[in-house]
Amino acid sequence: MSRLALVGLGLLLALPLVIEAPYYTDTASQILIAAVFAASLNLLVGYGGLVSLGHAAYLGTAAYLTAYLSVTVGLGHGTAIVLALLATAAMAAAFGLLALRASGIGFLMITLALGQTLWGVAYRWVGVTGGDNGIVGVTRPAPFGLDLSAPKPFYACVLIGFLIAMAAIAAFVRSGLGASLMGSRDQPRRMRMLGHNVWLVQWISFVLAGFWAAVAGIGFVYYHAFVSPHVLALTNSAEVLLMVIAGGAGTLLGPLVGAALVVILKNVVSAYVVRWMMLLGLVFLAIVVFMPEGLAPGARALLGRLRARPTARE
Amino acid sequence: MTLGFFLIQGLNALALGGLLFLLSSGFSLIFGLMRIANLTHGAYFMLGAYVGLSVLRAGFGFGLAVLAGGAAMALLGGAVERGVLRRLGDRPLAQVLVTLGLSFIIADLCLMLWTGDPMPLPAPAALRGPLRLFGFAFPSYRVFVVAVALVVALALWLLLERTRLGAMVRAGVDDMEMARGLGIPVRRLFLIVFCLGSALAGMGGVLGGPILSVYPGLDGDMLPLALVVVILGGIGSLIGAFVGSFVTGAVYTFGQALLPELAYIILFLPMIVMLAIRPGGLFGRRVA
Repeated sequence: MSRLALVGLGLLLALPLVIEAPYYTDTASQILIAAVFAASLNLLVGYGGLVSLGHAAYLGTAAYLTAYLSVTVGLGHGTAIVLALLATAAMAAAFGLLALRASGIGFLMITLALGQTLWGVAYRWVGVTGGDNGIVGVTRPAPFGLDLSAPKPFYACVLIGFLIAMAAIAAFVRSGLGASLMGSRDQPRRMRMLGHNVWLVQWISFVLAGFWAAVAGIGFVYYHAFVSPHVLALTNSAEVLLMVIAGGAGTLLGPLVGAALVVILKNVVSAYVVRWMMLLGLVFLAIVVFMPEGLAPGARALLGRLRARPTARE
Repeated sequence: MTLGFFLIQGLNALALGGLLFLLSSGFSLIFGLMRIANLTHGAYFMLGAYVGLSVLRAGFGFGLAVLAGGAAMALLGGAVERGVLRRLGDRPLAQVLVTLGLSFIIADLCLMLWTGDPMPLPAPAALRGPLRLFGFAFPSYRVFVVAVALVVALALWLLLERTRLGAMVRAGVDDMEMARGLGIPVRRLFLIVFCLGSALAGMGGVLGGPILSVYPGLDGDMLPLALVVVILGGIGSLIGAFVGSFVTGAVYTFGQALLPELAYIILFLPMIVMLAIRPGGLFGRRVA
């Protein structure tokens, strides 16, 4: 990526801090939270070749735990956040043990089944989760006296979290562990022969993916100040998978592009029509049939083909 | 807790198990033969139930409603297999995403056409009364559902084990390349199995209507149950789907009766135990 593009991206990320348009600043917060969520799934899907259809489980669990601990139990925000992150990472460690018993479609089915369990629990364990009504009344914290209830300070906080998450994920991908994760995606048998513990590498990545999804979950619950079973629904897991695939799986900035696309599409569309599910389904069909490599490379290929056609005729 | 409690809940468990068998036998066969995790299967179950409901409301009988639900889903499943899945070739992720996208579209269409209100689907008049056996009164509709599931299971077993078509399907499940090489029309088999599986899901939806009623989200409730069944029983195995269905039905029913809030967690315990000790399921080979 060129230096100019990086500067442009930096300016774009700083823009919501200076403009006087709360709606756009809030949308930008939503995009960055979704981007962290998508980047966490990208560790599995893009770099690990492990397609999970239950990733909402980690975002949702962290969101529920933060809300439950801070609202129902009455703990301070800092304690609630740390406990939520630790518990969600522990859950990812346990789920990873189960899901990595299989690979390919089997892995996908187990993650889907586990994700749907949590959704069912959130709906039915009314005493803890509030059932369909969810948990309301989450207030935003005020670290160092900075009131996060206004859009701009909240965005600033989300931006810092986003940059930390992206730097950490980039560092992981470039590390030896990240290299062996990609190796086990491309050549699992060869990696095993070379003495790598493929299972352990995948499991560590699974836990990390769960942890960063939990970080996104904390952003999510403080942004909405509310959590309900919808956060754990299959559509949420599907949306984040769509972000990863649409942006280009296995690239660092792909999830940000995908998150921006899906969040903007969702906000724009829901302002005009109520049929988001239908549209989500149609987008899935369109991407798979027309752009199997993802939106960014797919669009490039399509443009290339369009450009190439007239010259071929000449 | 009395004997009566156990007998009634036992029958409920068997009825749910029967419905799960209708749902998951097709899912399992499709996966076994075509290596496609058909995530539209729950949506076929729900759409089949809605179609059956509309047929009933148009004044036709229950039997016709069941057939209509099955036939409509067979047509839809066949169209999806021919029109979409076949074009994707051997790309499992693309197949999963397409079936997932289709399930969202179907769910939204159902919401548009039949609104968001849960709708009761009445049992046929002849099966509304209780059935008296050994001094206990059983709801006769549930006995009927169990009987239907057993008949379907027997018919499927005969089809797979005793007919030429079944032999070809088994050959395809065991070794696709070899089957193709021997001149078995694999493409036509795919279409037949996909139609059959979809039809069973649709019929299951109508038959399940009087027990579960029909509501938006029924697809999302049923799909994970089908996944649990095939993970338990082993993918692509008819016996596995049969045993897995009744185990899952029993665990869910008794879990719900004894610990209603936590039934969903209890439901997944057998799956977790199975994954830990035998990842391929009871009757399956290792999950691919």
